[in-house]
Amino acid sequence: MDKSQYRDVYVFVEQRGGRMQSVSLELLGKAAELARALGERVCAMLLGDVVEHLAAECVAYGADVVFVADAPQLRDYMTEPYTQVVCQIAREHKPGIMLIGATTIGRDLGPRVSARLATGLTADCTALDIAEGDDGTLLMTRPAFGGNLMATITCRDHRPQMSTVRPGVMRAAERDDSRKGEIVRVTPLFDESKFRVRLLETVSEERETVDITQAGVLVSGGRGVGTSGGFEKLRELAKVLGGEISSSRAMVDAGVMSHDRQVGQTGKTVRPDVYFALGISGAIQHLAGMEESDFIVAVNKDKFAPIFQVADVGIVGDVNKIVPLLVERLKK
Amino acid sequence: MDFSLTREQELFLQMIREFTEKEVKPIAAEIDEQERFPSETVRKMGPLGIMGIPFPAEYGGAGSDNVLYSMCVEELSRACATTGVAVSAHTSLCAAPIWEHGTEEQKRKYLPRLVSGEWLGAFALTEPNAGTDAAGQQTTAVDMGDHWLLNGTKIFITNAGAAELFIIIAMTDKSQGMRGISAFIVERGYEGFEVGKEERKLGIRGSSTCELIITDCRVPKENLIGKVGKGFGIAMKTLDGGRIGIAAQALGIAQGAMDETVRYVKERKQFGRPIAAFQNTQFQLADLQTRIAAARLMVRSAAWKKDRGLPYSVDAAMCKLFASELAMEMTVNAVQFHGGYGYSREYPIERMMRDAKITEIYEGTSEVQRMVVAAELLK
Amino acid sequence: MKIVVCIKQVPDTTEIRLDPATGTMIRDGVPSIMNPDDKGGLEMALRLKDEHGAEVTVVTMGPMQADAVLREALAMGADRAVLLTDRKFAGADTLATSNTLAGALRLLGYDLIITGRQAIDGDTAQVGPQVAEHLDLPQVTYVEQARLSDDNTLTVRASTEEGYRMLEVGLPCVLTVLVTAGKARYMSVRGIVEAFRREVEIWDSARIGAEESKLGLGGSPTRVAKSFTRGAKAAGQLYEVEPTEAVEIIVAKLREKFII
Repeated sequence: MDKSQYRDVYVFVEQRGGRMQSVSLELLGKAAELARALGERVCAMLLGDVVEHLAAECVAYGADVVFVADAPQLRDYMTEPYTQVVCQIAREHKPGIMLIGATTIGRDLGPRVSARLATGLTADCTALDIAEGDDGTLLMTRPAFGGNLMATITCRDHRPQMSTVRPGVMRAAERDDSRKGEIVRVTPLFDESKFRVRLLETVSEERETVDITQAGVLVSGGRGVGTSGGFEKLRELAKVLGGEISSSRAMVDAGVMSHDRQVGQTGKTVRPDVYFALGISGAIQHLAGMEESDFIVAVNKDKFAPIFQVADVGIVGDVNKIVPLLVERLKK
Repeated sequence: MDFSLTREQELFLQMIREFTEKEVKPIAAEIDEQERFPSETVRKMGPLGIMGIPFPAEYGGAGSDNVLYSMCVEELSRACATTGVAVSAHTSLCAAPIWEHGTEEQKRKYLPRLVSGEWLGAFALTEPNAGTDAAGQQTTAVDMGDHWLLNGTKIFITNAGAAELFIIIAMTDKSQGMRGISAFIVERGYEGFEVGKEERKLGIRGSSTCELIITDCRVPKENLIGKVGKGFGIAMKTLDGGRIGIAAQALGIAQGAMDETVRYVKERKQFGRPIAAFQNTQFQLADLQTRIAAARLMVRSAAWKKDRGLPYSVDAAMCKLFASELAMEMTVNAVQFHGGYGYSREYPIERMMRDAKITEIYEGTSEVQRMVVAAELLK
Repeated sequence: MKIVVCIKQVPDTTEIRLDPATGTMIRDGVPSIMNPDDKGGLEMALRLKDEHGAEVTVVTMGPMQADAVLREALAMGADRAVLLTDRKFAGADTLATSNTLAGALRLLGYDLIITGRQAIDGDTAQVGPQVAEHLDLPQVTYVEQARLSDDNTLTVRASTEEGYRMLEVGLPCVLTVLVTAGKARYMSVRGIVEAFRREVEIWDSARIGAEESKLGLGGSPTRVAKSFTRGAKAAGQLYEVEPTEAVEIIVAKLREKFII
């Protein structure tokens, strides 16, 4: 393979129902950084049905070129039509790098495209850099072994170098409507004989069932939160962070929280990425249920509270003052 | 000699531990508190083959052996002694005598229903005036030509409230003493057979323990197990097997209490360090752990002998004696290690202590086990 | 119906600890388990078998020890087990792994191929779709439910960030399944006993007949350039500060942890 023929940083722009997904903005921001380092361009691949109006947005967020494929077959994301178009663009224009958001769509599309192009793909990356003094090798860093290990992966001899990128990690560039970019219309050459999946229905639903052991972020409250309105703020905090609320036994006994949200020896054992222990003193029965959490933030008035012995970050203070401020800060 | 687990046993332990963790442990406190028999657990265990581990596949059993069965009772009891004894009484005291002493017809008729868990089984020997001293039986069975007529009262019958099938030990000829005792298979639905009130107990409170009131109960001729007058031998052999189950139950209780204690002493801090750091803690736990390991070897060796058709009644008596007294001591100490928490019903330790006591009593008290061991030793 | 379920033996990552002194992973004593999503997939296959009748084959690529997860699958109710093991398979990334599996699948034959969505050691979610591509089969990923709507069609519910999609897919196809697809059944005691009386077929690269250049390390476009742990967990810090400052400290830490 003559790698020199492959250049530019391509981004698969994910839209759902004509709305650009935030991960795509993040990818454009990152792609711009990588392209600068390489002295190459950022190329967006925008697929959908009547989505050309989004092309300008891609430019404003960092794209130098936008390939737009507009077709009724691309209205909803479906593996095969999307794979065909992305591969069509890749074969014609030979990208050096291709970035895709690690969403349910991106993780369906990415491996399919990589196998068709017979190149490597690195999943769910949290950091991307260009190797120094090299021929534009992309360093793709990602967690493995349940987050216990970080690995930096390269794809030296195959192009494009493909990566799916975890949403929420990269920073979107500032929108700049004065930026200029080129818009290239792509006419898809579909092989419809391969379209063997049919979409019957798309359903949006509020997920109501809770299993606190599966939550990545747990906001847990105890006696210090009180039985009046305090828990509402905790709920808001959980919502902002995409987590769930839980509590110590005291709050279950007080009737503030249902038993299925109790953490501790007689409740559930949890191991979220982040555990907020708010107004929880840290009785041994509670610690037994949460001390394996990856990261523990504790807020308590009593600086000698045992919860601070297991906390990574301990704040001596009043939860009912700190949590509302935190919610406000995170909403910004 | 090989003390390592087979791959089959390892895989079984993986399965039964997962089952116990997900299905048994979560309701252990609740069934104790409510004194409720865990029928839902039995319904789940049946299809998995847990209610018929040592019986051959041709009768619907799992086709495994008594070593695996002992591991099963141990693991269940580690979380819930009530569930452990339900399996033990059913397997050792009801299904086993039919399998070991029953006719082909009896096996074909009853074993599939028992080992699938469709029917729970029980065994009735104890009476108000006769316990391990079986010769004092006052329940009678009279040969009426085309059927047997049973009359009498049994007490403290494990599983009775939920059981569909009972092994009833009854006197067929009082003049013959122990040689006048016979064993019968009695279905719950037989007329004149009634399950009486639930006993209210110190421990294993989810286990159903009832009296049986048998009044002019007609039992088909073909439901006699073995020959007339062989009931005492059948009952004693059945209890030998049952003792392996109870020893496994006691071992499980001890291990469960040890698990809780180890976790607690590492977490609980006093005077600035975890109580696991105190030598008193370390030495006491080391002694108890040593005895747990010994008990496990004894239980498995007794089960292993039974599987090979070797004499095992003394082994069964010794392992039951040793494991049940260990369970009591381990749980009493575990409560002490837990301090106030140990006495609180918020923690499982006090339940384990209450549950442990029965293992020194049923299927032959510790004193009876000592009699068995001494009789063999000094013969 | 012939269903083939691809499963993987993985270290139970919830049991992995970091050495507090060196920050390195402690892998000793970490149990090996059947990958949870794969177990969800196997359960789905067994339910289809219960309902419609099917031959369920499980296949795994790995070292000889991976035999353990195949026995587990047999004990749960699978009919046939194949272990793909060869030094030439070692060092494979997802593309090489999918080539190996696809080779085996061609020999096995299939109406339906099920894989777990992703493995908990790698978390890539790539092998299933790549297998589908090599075999030129349609795929549905993130599957929570599947039922046979007629002899040749599955109606499938696939999870999305917002909810789910209902899709119809013709057989043969590849589904990648979530652990939440259904509570996996327990092994039965009889199943366990019989699992060790049956044969696990051992297939090597020659048996699969795959091009060697597509297997193992040599067939892998990607390489691990380096790996590292995030370092030893620093001793927790206690702050006695004003609420506004406390908020900034928390926000900074959440950034570090990629939570925001």
